[in-house]
Amino acid sequence: MQNFAEELRAALLLILSGDPDMWSIVLLSLRVSLTATVVAAAIGLPLGAILAVTRFPGKQLVVVVVNALMGLPPVVVGLTVYLLLSNSGPLGVLSLLYTPTAMIVAQVLLVLPIITALTRQIISELDGEYADQLRSLGLSRMQTVPTLLWDGRFQLMTALLAGFGRAVAEVGAVLIVGGNINHVTRVMTTTIALETSKGNLALALALGVILIMIALMVNAAVAATALRAQRLSHA
Amino acid sequence: MRDHTDQLRANWAKDAAPAVPACRVDVSDLTVARDRKTLLNIPALTLNAPGPSVIIGPNGAGKSVLLRLIHGLLPATTGQIALTDPSGGGAVKQAMLFQKPVLLRRSVSGNLGFVLRQQGVPWRARRARIDELLAQGHLQTRAKQPARSLSGGEQQRLALVRALATGPDLLLLDEPTAPLDPAATREIEGLIRQISASGIKIVMVTHDLGQARRLASEVILLHRGQVQEQAPTDRFFALPRSAAAQAFLSGDLLR
Ligand SMILES: Nc1ncnc2c1ncn2[C@@H]1O[C@H](COP(=O)(O)OP(=O)(O)OP(=O)(O)O)[C@@H](O)[C@H]1O
Ligand SMILES: [Mg+2]
Repeated sequence: MQNFAEELRAALLLILSGDPDMWSIVLLSLRVSLTATVVAAAIGLPLGAILAVTRFPGKQLVVVVVNALMGLPPVVVGLTVYLLLSNSGPLGVLSLLYTPTAMIVAQVLLVLPIITALTRQIISELDGEYADQLRSLGLSRMQTVPTLLWDGRFQLMTALLAGFGRAVAEVGAVLIVGGNINHVTRVMTTTIALETSKGNLALALALGVILIMIALMVNAAVAATALRAQRLSHA
Repeated sequence: MRDHTDQLRANWAKDAAPAVPACRVDVSDLTVARDRKTLLNIPALTLNAPGPSVIIGPNGAGKSVLLRLIHGLLPATTGQIALTDPSGGGAVKQAMLFQKPVLLRRSVSGNLGFVLRQQGVPWRARRARIDELLAQGHLQTRAKQPARSLSGGEQQRLALVRALATGPDLLLLDEPTAPLDPAATREIEGLIRQISASGIKIVMVTHDLGQARRLASEVILLHRGQVQEQAPTDRFFALPRSAAAQAFLSGDLLR
Protein backbone atom coordinates (compact mmCIF):
# COMPACT_ATOMS: atom_id res chain seq x y z
CA MET A 1 0.00 0.00 0.00
CA GLN A 2 2.91 2.25 0.92
CA ASN A 3 4.24 1.48 -2.51
CA PHE A 4 1.00 2.44 -4.27
CA ALA A 5 0.82 5.76 -2.47
CA GLU A 6 4.36 6.57 -3.50
CA GLU A 7 3.72 5.62 -7.09
CA LEU A 8 0.59 7.75 -7.13
CA ARG A 9 2.56 10.70 -5.73
CA ALA A 10 5.17 10.24 -8.42
CA ALA A 11 2.43 10.00 -11.01
CA LEU A 12 0.81 13.25 -9.89
CA LEU A 13 4.19 14.96 -9.90
CA LEU A 14 4.68 13.75 -13.44
CA ILE A 15 1.38 15.22 -14.50
CA LEU A 16 2.05 18.54 -12.76
CA SER A 17 5.63 18.82 -13.98
CA GLY A 18 4.40 18.84 -17.57
CA ASP A 19 6.72 16.06 -18.69
CA PRO A 20 7.02 16.63 -22.47
CA ASP A 21 7.31 12.92 -23.35
CA MET A 22 4.18 12.11 -21.43
CA TRP A 23 2.19 15.00 -22.88
CA SER A 24 3.21 14.11 -26.43
CA ILE A 25 1.73 10.68 -25.79
CA VAL A 26 -1.48 12.27 -24.52
CA LEU A 27 -1.65 14.59 -27.51
CA LEU A 28 -1.13 11.77 -29.99
CA SER A 29 -3.90 9.81 -28.29
CA LEU A 30 -6.29 12.73 -28.58
CA ARG A 31 -5.26 13.46 -32.16
CA VAL A 32 -5.80 9.87 -33.27
CA SER A 33 -9.09 9.35 -31.46
CA LEU A 34 -10.57 12.77 -32.31
CA THR A 35 -9.68 12.36 -35.98
CA ALA A 36 -11.17 8.87 -35.99
CA THR A 37 -14.35 10.18 -34.36
CA VAL A 38 -14.69 13.05 -36.84
CA VAL A 39 -14.19 10.74 -39.82
CA ALA A 40 -16.59 8.15 -38.39
CA ALA A 41 -19.15 10.91 -37.72
CA ALA A 42 -18.87 12.23 -41.28
CA ILE A 43 -19.80 8.76 -42.51
CA GLY A 44 -21.93 7.41 -39.67
CA LEU A 45 -24.33 10.35 -39.14
CA PRO A 46 -25.68 10.40 -42.70
CA LEU A 47 -25.49 6.62 -42.97
CA GLY A 48 -27.42 6.07 -39.74
CA ALA A 49 -30.01 8.70 -40.70
CA ILE A 50 -30.52 7.23 -44.17
CA LEU A 51 -30.85 3.80 -42.60
CA ALA A 52 -33.53 5.25 -40.32
CA VAL A 53 -35.70 6.91 -42.98
CA THR A 54 -35.44 4.48 -45.91
CA ARG A 55 -37.20 1.17 -46.43
CA PHE A 56 -35.63 -1.61 -48.42
CA PRO A 57 -35.72 -5.40 -48.35
CA GLY A 58 -33.33 -6.79 -45.79
CA LYS A 59 -33.28 -3.57 -43.77
CA GLN A 60 -33.91 -5.38 -40.49
CA LEU A 61 -30.90 -7.61 -41.15
CA VAL A 62 -28.67 -4.59 -41.83
CA VAL A 63 -29.87 -2.99 -38.59
CA VAL A 64 -29.14 -6.14 -36.59
CA VAL A 65 -25.67 -6.42 -38.12
CA VAL A 66 -24.81 -2.75 -37.46
CA ASN A 67 -26.02 -3.10 -33.88
CA ALA A 68 -23.92 -6.23 -33.44
CA LEU A 69 -20.86 -4.47 -34.85
CA MET A 70 -21.08 -1.97 -31.98
CA GLY A 71 -19.52 -4.62 -29.77
CA LEU A 72 -16.72 -5.44 -32.19
CA PRO A 73 -13.63 -6.57 -30.22
CA PRO A 74 -10.80 -4.05 -30.81
CA VAL A 75 -8.20 -6.80 -31.31
CA VAL A 76 -10.27 -8.25 -34.15
CA VAL A 77 -10.47 -4.83 -35.80
CA GLY A 78 -6.73 -4.43 -35.25
CA LEU A 79 -6.01 -7.81 -36.80
CA THR A 80 -8.22 -7.06 -39.83
CA VAL A 81 -6.60 -3.69 -40.48
CA TYR A 82 -3.18 -5.29 -39.92
CA LEU A 83 -3.89 -7.92 -42.59
CA LEU A 84 -5.08 -5.21 -44.98
CA LEU A 85 -2.08 -2.93 -44.43
CA SER A 86 0.74 -5.44 -44.00
CA ASN A 87 3.32 -5.68 -46.79
CA SER A 88 1.65 -8.72 -48.33
CA GLY A 89 -1.88 -7.32 -47.81
CA PRO A 90 -4.04 -5.64 -50.49
CA LEU A 91 -3.19 -2.15 -49.20
CA GLY A 92 0.43 -2.94 -48.36
CA VAL A 93 1.75 -0.55 -51.01
CA LEU A 94 0.49 2.38 -48.95
CA SER A 95 3.07 1.56 -46.23
CA LEU A 96 0.69 2.70 -43.54
CA LEU A 97 1.34 -0.03 -41.00
CA TYR A 98 2.81 1.30 -37.74
CA THR A 99 1.79 4.90 -38.46
CA PRO A 100 -0.78 7.07 -36.69
CA THR A 101 -2.84 6.90 -39.91
CA ALA A 102 -3.18 3.13 -39.49
CA MET A 103 -4.36 3.70 -35.93
CA ILE A 104 -6.93 6.22 -37.13
CA VAL A 105 -8.19 3.76 -39.74
CA ALA A 106 -8.57 1.02 -37.10
CA GLN A 107 -10.42 3.35 -34.73
CA VAL A 108 -12.72 4.59 -37.48
CA LEU A 109 -13.78 1.00 -38.06
CA LEU A 110 -14.30 0.57 -34.35
CA VAL A 111 -16.30 3.78 -33.86
CA LEU A 112 -18.27 3.82 -37.13
CA PRO A 113 -20.76 1.10 -36.10
CA ILE A 114 -21.35 2.83 -32.76
CA ILE A 115 -22.13 6.20 -34.33
CA THR A 116 -24.15 4.63 -37.15
CA ALA A 117 -26.25 2.44 -34.85
CA LEU A 118 -26.91 5.17 -32.28
CA THR A 119 -27.73 7.67 -35.04
CA ARG A 120 -30.19 5.25 -36.62
CA GLN A 121 -31.85 4.76 -33.26
CA ILE A 122 -32.08 8.48 -32.44
CA ILE A 123 -33.21 9.52 -35.94
CA SER A 124 -35.74 6.68 -36.12
CA GLU A 125 -37.43 7.94 -33.01
CA LEU A 126 -37.37 11.56 -34.16
CA ASP A 127 -38.72 10.51 -37.56
CA GLY A 128 -41.70 8.90 -35.87
CA GLU A 129 -42.54 12.33 -34.50
CA TYR A 130 -41.62 14.37 -37.61
CA ALA A 131 -42.48 12.22 -40.63
CA ASP A 132 -46.04 13.41 -41.33
CA GLN A 133 -45.30 17.03 -40.48
CA LEU A 134 -42.26 17.18 -42.78
CA ARG A 135 -44.13 15.45 -45.56
CA SER A 136 -46.92 17.98 -45.11
CA LEU A 137 -44.37 20.78 -45.43
CA GLY A 138 -43.29 19.32 -48.77
CA LEU A 139 -40.13 17.35 -47.98
CA SER A 140 -39.33 14.06 -49.66
CA ARG A 141 -38.04 11.24 -47.46
CA MET A 142 -34.43 11.93 -48.46
CA GLN A 143 -34.86 15.66 -47.90
CA THR A 144 -35.82 14.95 -44.31
CA VAL A 145 -32.34 13.57 -43.52
CA PRO A 146 -30.53 16.88 -42.94
CA THR A 147 -33.55 18.25 -41.07
CA LEU A 148 -33.69 15.26 -38.75
CA LEU A 149 -29.90 15.36 -38.20
CA TRP A 150 -30.09 19.02 -37.25
CA ASP A 151 -33.11 18.69 -35.00
CA GLY A 152 -31.54 15.64 -33.34
CA ARG A 153 -28.26 17.49 -32.85
CA PHE A 154 -28.19 17.40 -29.06
CA GLN A 155 -28.90 13.69 -28.81
CA LEU A 156 -26.50 12.95 -31.65
CA MET A 157 -23.77 14.76 -29.76
CA THR A 158 -23.97 12.07 -27.11
CA ALA A 159 -23.54 9.43 -29.83
CA LEU A 160 -20.35 11.15 -30.98
CA LEU A 161 -19.06 11.40 -27.44
CA ALA A 162 -19.79 7.70 -26.89
CA GLY A 163 -17.77 6.95 -30.01
CA PHE A 164 -14.87 9.12 -28.89
CA GLY A 165 -14.93 7.54 -25.43
CA ARG A 166 -14.67 4.10 -26.96
CA ALA A 167 -11.82 5.13 -29.28
CA VAL A 168 -9.65 6.84 -26.71
CA ALA A 169 -9.97 3.99 -24.23
CA GLU A 170 -9.30 1.01 -26.50
CA VAL A 171 -5.90 -0.65 -26.60
CA GLY A 172 -6.15 -3.76 -28.79
CA ALA A 173 -6.55 -2.17 -32.22
CA VAL A 174 -3.97 0.61 -31.89
CA LEU A 175 -1.46 -1.80 -30.37
CA ILE A 176 -1.63 -4.20 -33.31
CA VAL A 177 -1.62 -1.65 -36.17
CA GLY A 178 0.47 1.02 -34.44
CA GLY A 179 3.10 -1.20 -32.89
CA ASN A 180 3.55 1.03 -29.83
CA ILE A 181 6.69 2.67 -31.26
CA ASN A 182 8.18 5.30 -28.98
CA HIS A 183 7.60 8.89 -30.19
CA VAL A 184 5.71 7.60 -33.23
CA THR A 185 2.67 5.52 -32.40
CA ARG A 186 2.69 5.33 -28.63
CA VAL A 187 -0.65 6.39 -27.18
CA MET A 188 -2.00 6.45 -23.63
CA THR A 189 -3.48 2.99 -23.49
CA THR A 190 -0.57 1.20 -25.16
CA THR A 191 1.91 3.06 -22.98
CA ILE A 192 0.02 2.05 -19.85
CA ALA A 193 0.15 -1.59 -20.93
CA LEU A 194 3.85 -1.44 -21.74
CA GLU A 195 5.04 0.60 -18.75
CA THR A 196 3.04 -1.53 -16.32
CA SER A 197 4.71 -4.67 -17.63
CA LYS A 198 8.09 -2.95 -17.33
CA GLY A 199 7.32 -1.94 -13.74
CA ASN A 200 7.34 1.81 -14.47
CA LEU A 201 4.14 2.35 -12.54
CA ALA A 202 4.44 6.11 -12.13
CA LEU A 203 4.09 6.88 -15.85
CA ALA A 204 1.37 4.22 -16.25
CA LEU A 205 -0.58 5.66 -13.34
CA ALA A 206 -0.15 9.23 -14.56
CA LEU A 207 -1.60 8.31 -17.95
CA GLY A 208 -4.34 6.32 -16.22
CA VAL A 209 -5.33 9.38 -14.21
CA ILE A 210 -5.42 11.52 -17.35
CA LEU A 211 -7.50 8.88 -19.14
CA ILE A 212 -10.01 8.88 -16.31
CA MET A 213 -10.15 12.67 -16.38
CA ILE A 214 -10.87 12.55 -20.10
CA ALA A 215 -13.66 10.04 -19.45
CA LEU A 216 -15.07 12.38 -16.79
CA MET A 217 -14.93 15.33 -19.16
CA VAL A 218 -16.69 13.36 -21.88
CA ASN A 219 -19.45 12.47 -19.43
CA ALA A 220 -19.69 16.03 -18.21
CA ALA A 221 -20.02 17.13 -21.83
CA VAL A 222 -22.85 14.63 -22.33
CA ALA A 223 -24.63 15.96 -19.24
CA ALA A 224 -24.11 19.58 -20.27
CA THR A 225 -25.47 18.81 -23.73
CA ALA A 226 -28.60 17.24 -22.25
CA LEU A 227 -29.04 20.19 -19.93
CA ARG A 228 -28.69 22.71 -22.73
CA ALA A 229 -31.18 20.78 -24.87
CA GLN A 230 -33.64 20.84 -22.01
CA ARG A 231 -33.14 24.53 -21.37
CA LEU A 232 -33.98 25.24 -25.01
CA SER A 233 -36.99 22.90 -24.82
CA HIS A 234 -35.25 20.90 -27.51
CA ALA A 235 -34.95 17.71 -25.51
CA MET B 1 -48.64 33.51 -52.25
CA ARG B 2 -48.10 37.22 -52.79
CA ASP B 3 -51.65 37.41 -54.04
CA HIS B 4 -52.95 35.87 -50.88
CA THR B 5 -51.11 38.25 -48.59
CA ASP B 6 -52.09 41.30 -50.56
CA GLN B 7 -55.65 40.16 -50.64
CA LEU B 8 -55.39 39.38 -46.97
CA ARG B 9 -54.54 42.99 -46.24
CA ALA B 10 -57.30 44.21 -48.52
CA ASN B 11 -59.79 42.09 -46.65
CA TRP B 12 -58.44 42.89 -43.21
CA ALA B 13 -61.53 44.77 -42.10
CA LYS B 14 -64.05 43.34 -44.48
CA ASP B 15 -63.87 39.88 -43.01
CA ALA B 16 -66.02 38.39 -45.74
CA ALA B 17 -65.39 35.19 -47.62
CA PRO B 18 -64.83 35.54 -51.35
CA ALA B 19 -67.54 34.21 -53.62
CA VAL B 20 -65.31 31.54 -55.08
CA PRO B 21 -62.74 29.71 -52.93
CA ALA B 22 -59.36 28.83 -54.37
CA CYS B 23 -60.06 25.16 -54.27
CA ARG B 24 -62.86 22.64 -54.33
CA VAL B 25 -62.67 19.14 -52.94
CA ASP B 26 -64.57 16.27 -54.55
CA VAL B 27 -64.70 12.96 -52.78
CA SER B 28 -66.20 10.01 -54.65
CA ASP B 29 -66.82 6.35 -53.78
CA LEU B 30 -64.36 6.66 -50.93
CA THR B 31 -63.69 3.87 -48.46
CA VAL B 32 -60.82 3.49 -46.05
CA ALA B 33 -60.36 0.18 -44.28
CA ARG B 34 -57.72 -0.77 -41.76
CA ASP B 35 -57.48 -4.11 -39.99
CA ARG B 36 -60.78 -5.21 -41.60
CA LYS B 37 -62.49 -2.19 -40.00
CA THR B 38 -64.07 0.42 -42.24
CA LEU B 39 -62.90 3.80 -41.00
CA LEU B 40 -64.53 5.87 -43.74
CA ASN B 41 -67.28 5.25 -46.25
CA ILE B 42 -68.22 8.33 -48.26
CA PRO B 43 -70.01 7.74 -51.59
CA ALA B 44 -69.94 11.42 -52.54
CA LEU B 45 -68.93 14.67 -50.86
CA THR B 46 -68.14 18.04 -52.35
CA LEU B 47 -66.58 20.86 -50.36
CA ASN B 48 -66.82 24.13 -52.25
CA ALA B 49 -68.56 26.57 -49.94
CA PRO B 50 -66.89 29.99 -50.17
CA GLY B 51 -66.00 30.10 -46.45
CA PRO B 52 -64.75 27.35 -44.16
CA SER B 53 -66.25 23.88 -44.45
CA VAL B 54 -66.40 22.65 -40.87
CA ILE B 55 -66.44 18.95 -40.06
CA ILE B 56 -67.92 17.95 -36.73
CA GLY B 57 -68.67 14.61 -35.10
CA PRO B 58 -67.92 12.50 -32.05
CA ASN B 59 -64.48 11.18 -31.11
CA GLY B 60 -63.36 8.42 -33.44
CA ALA B 61 -65.83 9.41 -36.17
CA GLY B 62 -63.03 9.54 -38.74
CA LYS B 63 -62.57 13.30 -38.96
CA SER B 64 -58.77 13.23 -38.69
CA VAL B 65 -58.60 10.27 -41.07
CA LEU B 66 -60.59 12.25 -43.65
CA LEU B 67 -58.28 15.28 -43.38
CA ARG B 68 -55.15 13.11 -43.60
CA LEU B 69 -56.62 11.40 -46.62
CA ILE B 70 -57.33 14.71 -48.37
CA HIS B 71 -53.80 15.76 -47.50
CA GLY B 72 -52.34 12.64 -49.07
CA LEU B 73 -50.86 11.20 -45.89
CA LEU B 74 -53.12 8.14 -46.01
CA PRO B 75 -54.03 6.00 -48.98
CA ALA B 76 -57.68 5.38 -49.78
CA THR B 77 -58.76 1.75 -49.99
CA THR B 78 -61.14 2.57 -52.85
CA GLY B 79 -62.39 5.73 -54.52
CA GLN B 80 -60.69 9.07 -55.03
CA ILE B 81 -60.33 12.62 -53.88
CA ALA B 82 -59.97 15.37 -56.45
CA LEU B 83 -58.73 18.86 -55.66
CA THR B 84 -59.46 21.42 -58.32
CA ASP B 85 -58.90 25.12 -58.71
CA PRO B 86 -62.18 26.52 -60.12
CA SER B 87 -60.31 29.41 -61.76
CA GLY B 88 -58.27 26.78 -63.62
CA GLY B 89 -55.01 27.83 -62.07
CA GLY B 90 -53.04 24.59 -62.23
CA ALA B 91 -52.06 22.30 -59.39
CA VAL B 92 -53.65 22.89 -56.01
CA LYS B 93 -51.26 23.47 -53.13
CA GLN B 94 -52.41 22.37 -49.72
CA ALA B 95 -51.20 22.68 -46.15
CA MET B 96 -52.37 21.09 -42.93
CA LEU B 97 -52.39 22.04 -39.27
CA PHE B 98 -52.24 18.77 -37.37
CA GLN B 99 -54.22 17.94 -34.26
CA LYS B 100 -50.82 17.84 -32.55
CA PRO B 101 -48.57 20.11 -34.62
CA VAL B 102 -44.85 19.33 -34.54
CA LEU B 103 -42.68 22.40 -34.14
CA LEU B 104 -39.05 22.01 -35.16
CA ARG B 105 -36.36 22.25 -32.50
CA ARG B 106 -35.40 25.72 -33.65
CA SER B 107 -36.39 29.29 -32.97
CA VAL B 108 -39.76 30.71 -33.97
CA SER B 109 -38.25 32.41 -37.04
CA GLY B 110 -36.22 29.27 -37.66
CA ASN B 111 -39.45 27.33 -38.07
CA LEU B 112 -40.76 29.84 -40.60
CA GLY B 113 -37.45 30.23 -42.42
CA PHE B 114 -37.25 26.46 -42.78
CA VAL B 115 -40.53 26.31 -44.70
CA LEU B 116 -39.69 29.33 -46.85
CA ARG B 117 -36.32 27.83 -47.78
CA GLN B 118 -38.11 24.60 -48.61
CA GLN B 119 -40.42 26.63 -50.86
CA GLY B 120 -37.42 28.04 -52.66
CA VAL B 121 -37.86 31.60 -51.37
CA PRO B 122 -34.47 33.31 -51.83
CA TRP B 123 -32.57 34.28 -48.70
CA ARG B 124 -33.14 38.05 -49.08
CA ALA B 125 -36.90 37.76 -49.53
CA ARG B 126 -37.15 35.30 -46.66
CA ARG B 127 -36.34 37.85 -43.96
CA ALA B 128 -39.19 40.14 -44.95
CA ARG B 129 -41.65 37.29 -45.39
CA ILE B 130 -40.76 35.93 -41.94
CA ASP B 131 -41.54 39.36 -40.46
CA GLU B 132 -44.91 39.40 -42.22
CA LEU B 133 -45.80 35.95 -40.95
CA LEU B 134 -44.65 36.81 -37.42
CA ALA B 135 -46.87 39.88 -37.48
CA GLN B 136 -49.79 37.88 -38.77
CA GLY B 137 -49.42 35.41 -35.90
CA HIS B 138 -48.77 38.20 -33.36
CA LEU B 139 -45.40 36.61 -32.62
CA GLN B 140 -43.05 39.53 -33.37
CA THR B 141 -41.66 39.59 -29.83
CA ARG B 142 -41.07 35.84 -29.86
CA ALA B 143 -38.98 35.60 -33.04
CA LYS B 144 -35.78 34.35 -31.40
CA GLN B 145 -37.38 32.16 -28.75
CA PRO B 146 -37.08 28.36 -29.10
CA ALA B 147 -40.38 27.35 -30.71
CA ARG B 148 -41.05 24.59 -28.22
CA SER B 149 -40.83 26.94 -25.27
CA LEU B 150 -43.82 28.97 -26.49
CA SER B 151 -47.14 28.74 -24.69
CA GLY B 152 -49.78 26.45 -26.16
CA GLY B 153 -51.63 29.30 -27.83
CA GLU B 154 -48.45 30.77 -29.27
CA GLN B 155 -47.36 27.37 -30.55
CA GLN B 156 -50.69 26.97 -32.31
CA ARG B 157 -50.43 30.43 -33.91
CA LEU B 158 -46.90 29.61 -35.06
CA ALA B 159 -48.01 26.28 -36.52
CA LEU B 160 -50.82 28.09 -38.34
CA VAL B 161 -48.68 30.81 -39.91
CA ARG B 162 -46.04 28.19 -40.71
CA ALA B 163 -48.68 26.28 -42.68
CA LEU B 164 -49.51 29.56 -44.44
CA ALA B 165 -45.86 30.00 -45.34
CA THR B 166 -46.21 27.17 -47.84
CA GLY B 167 -48.61 29.35 -49.83
CA PRO B 168 -51.56 26.95 -49.89
CA ASP B 169 -54.82 27.14 -51.85
CA LEU B 170 -56.36 24.65 -49.44
CA LEU B 171 -55.74 24.71 -45.71
CA LEU B 172 -56.77 21.75 -43.56
CA LEU B 173 -57.13 22.47 -39.84
CA ASP B 174 -57.55 19.61 -37.35
CA GLU B 175 -59.00 21.01 -34.12
CA PRO B 176 -56.93 24.20 -34.26
CA THR B 177 -58.18 25.51 -30.91
CA ALA B 178 -58.73 22.32 -28.92
CA PRO B 179 -56.18 22.97 -26.14
CA LEU B 180 -56.65 26.75 -25.99
CA ASP B 181 -58.35 29.15 -23.61
CA PRO B 182 -61.18 31.42 -24.87
CA ALA B 183 -58.94 34.40 -25.62
CA ALA B 184 -56.41 32.31 -27.53
CA THR B 185 -59.29 30.62 -29.34
CA ARG B 186 -60.62 34.03 -30.42
CA GLU B 187 -57.19 34.99 -31.78
CA ILE B 188 -56.96 31.82 -33.83
CA GLU B 189 -60.49 32.28 -35.09
CA GLY B 190 -59.63 35.80 -36.18
CA LEU B 191 -56.65 34.44 -38.08
CA ILE B 192 -58.78 31.77 -39.71
CA ARG B 193 -61.30 34.42 -40.85
CA GLN B 194 -58.52 36.50 -42.42
CA ILE B 195 -57.08 33.47 -44.15
CA SER B 196 -60.45 32.44 -45.49
CA ALA B 197 -61.18 35.98 -46.64
CA SER B 198 -57.91 35.99 -48.55
CA GLY B 199 -59.31 33.23 -50.76
CA ILE B 200 -57.70 30.18 -49.23
CA LYS B 201 -60.21 27.34 -48.93
CA ILE B 202 -60.45 26.11 -45.36
CA VAL B 203 -61.59 22.67 -44.31
CA MET B 204 -61.51 22.31 -40.55
CA VAL B 205 -62.46 19.92 -37.80
CA THR B 206 -63.72 21.14 -34.45
CA HIS B 207 -65.55 19.92 -31.36
CA ASP B 208 -66.53 23.46 -30.51
CA LEU B 209 -70.06 23.98 -31.90
CA GLY B 210 -69.94 27.67 -31.08
CA GLN B 211 -66.84 27.88 -33.23
CA ALA B 212 -68.60 26.02 -36.03
CA ARG B 213 -71.42 28.57 -35.87
CA ARG B 214 -68.99 31.49 -35.84
CA LEU B 215 -66.74 30.34 -38.68
CA ALA B 216 -68.47 27.86 -40.92
CA SER B 217 -70.09 28.43 -44.29
CA GLU B 218 -71.23 24.86 -44.21
CA VAL B 219 -71.22 22.09 -41.64
CA ILE B 220 -70.56 18.41 -42.27
CA LEU B 221 -71.49 15.89 -39.59
CA LEU B 222 -69.41 12.74 -39.66
CA HIS B 223 -70.43 9.73 -37.59
CA ARG B 224 -68.89 6.25 -37.71
CA GLY B 225 -67.07 7.06 -40.91
CA GLN B 226 -70.14 8.31 -42.78
CA VAL B 227 -71.42 11.75 -43.67
CA GLN B 228 -74.72 12.09 -41.84
CA GLU B 229 -75.54 15.60 -42.95
CA GLN B 230 -74.04 18.45 -44.92
CA ALA B 231 -75.78 21.80 -44.76
CA PRO B 232 -75.25 25.56 -44.68
CA THR B 233 -74.41 26.59 -41.13
CA ASP B 234 -77.64 28.39 -40.25
CA ARG B 235 -79.77 25.60 -41.64
CA PHE B 236 -77.71 22.93 -39.88
CA PHE B 237 -78.14 24.44 -36.44
CA ALA B 238 -81.71 25.69 -36.87
CA LEU B 239 -83.21 22.73 -38.69
CA PRO B 240 -81.03 19.65 -38.56
CA ARG B 241 -82.66 17.11 -40.85
CA SER B 242 -80.92 13.86 -40.08
CA ALA B 243 -81.63 11.94 -36.91
CA ALA B 244 -77.87 11.83 -36.23
CA ALA B 245 -77.56 15.62 -36.40
CA GLN B 246 -80.53 16.12 -34.10
CA ALA B 247 -79.08 13.62 -31.63
CA PHE B 248 -75.60 15.15 -31.90
CA LEU B 249 -76.82 18.68 -31.24
CA SER B 250 -78.74 17.55 -28.18
CA GLY B 251 -75.72 15.60 -26.96
CA ASP B 252 -77.35 12.20 -27.42
CA LEU B 253 -75.37 10.81 -30.32
CA LEU B 254 -73.72 7.54 -29.40
CA ARG B 255 -70.18 6.87 -30.48
N1 LIG C 1 -53.73 4.15 -39.17
C1 LIG C 1 -54.82 3.63 -38.57
N2 LIG C 1 -54.99 2.29 -38.46
C2 LIG C 1 -56.07 1.76 -37.86
N3 LIG C 1 -57.04 2.50 -37.33
C3 LIG C 1 -56.95 3.84 -37.40
C4 LIG C 1 -55.84 4.47 -38.03
N4 LIG C 1 -56.00 5.80 -37.94
C5 LIG C 1 -57.17 5.98 -37.29
N5 LIG C 1 -57.74 4.82 -36.97
C6 LIG C 1 -59.04 4.64 -36.31
O1 LIG C 1 -60.00 5.34 -37.07
C7 LIG C 1 -61.00 5.88 -36.23
C8 LIG C 1 -61.19 7.35 -36.53
O2 LIG C 1 -60.04 8.05 -36.11
P1 LIG C 1 -59.90 9.62 -36.25
O3 LIG C 1 -58.57 9.99 -35.71
O4 LIG C 1 -60.21 10.03 -37.61
O5 LIG C 1 -61.04 10.13 -35.27
P2 LIG C 1 -61.51 11.61 -35.06
O6 LIG C 1 -62.86 11.74 -35.64
O7 LIG C 1 -60.49 12.56 -35.53
O8 LIG C 1 -61.65 11.64 -33.48
P3 LIG C 1 -61.18 12.77 -32.43
O9 LIG C 1 -62.33 13.72 -32.34
O10 LIG C 1 -61.04 12.01 -31.17
O11 LIG C 1 -59.92 13.39 -32.90
C9 LIG C 1 -60.56 5.61 -34.79
O12 LIG C 1 -61.30 4.51 -34.32
C10 LIG C 1 -59.09 5.25 -34.93
O13 LIG C 1 -58.72 4.30 -33.96
MG1 LIG D 1 -59.11 13.78 -34.68
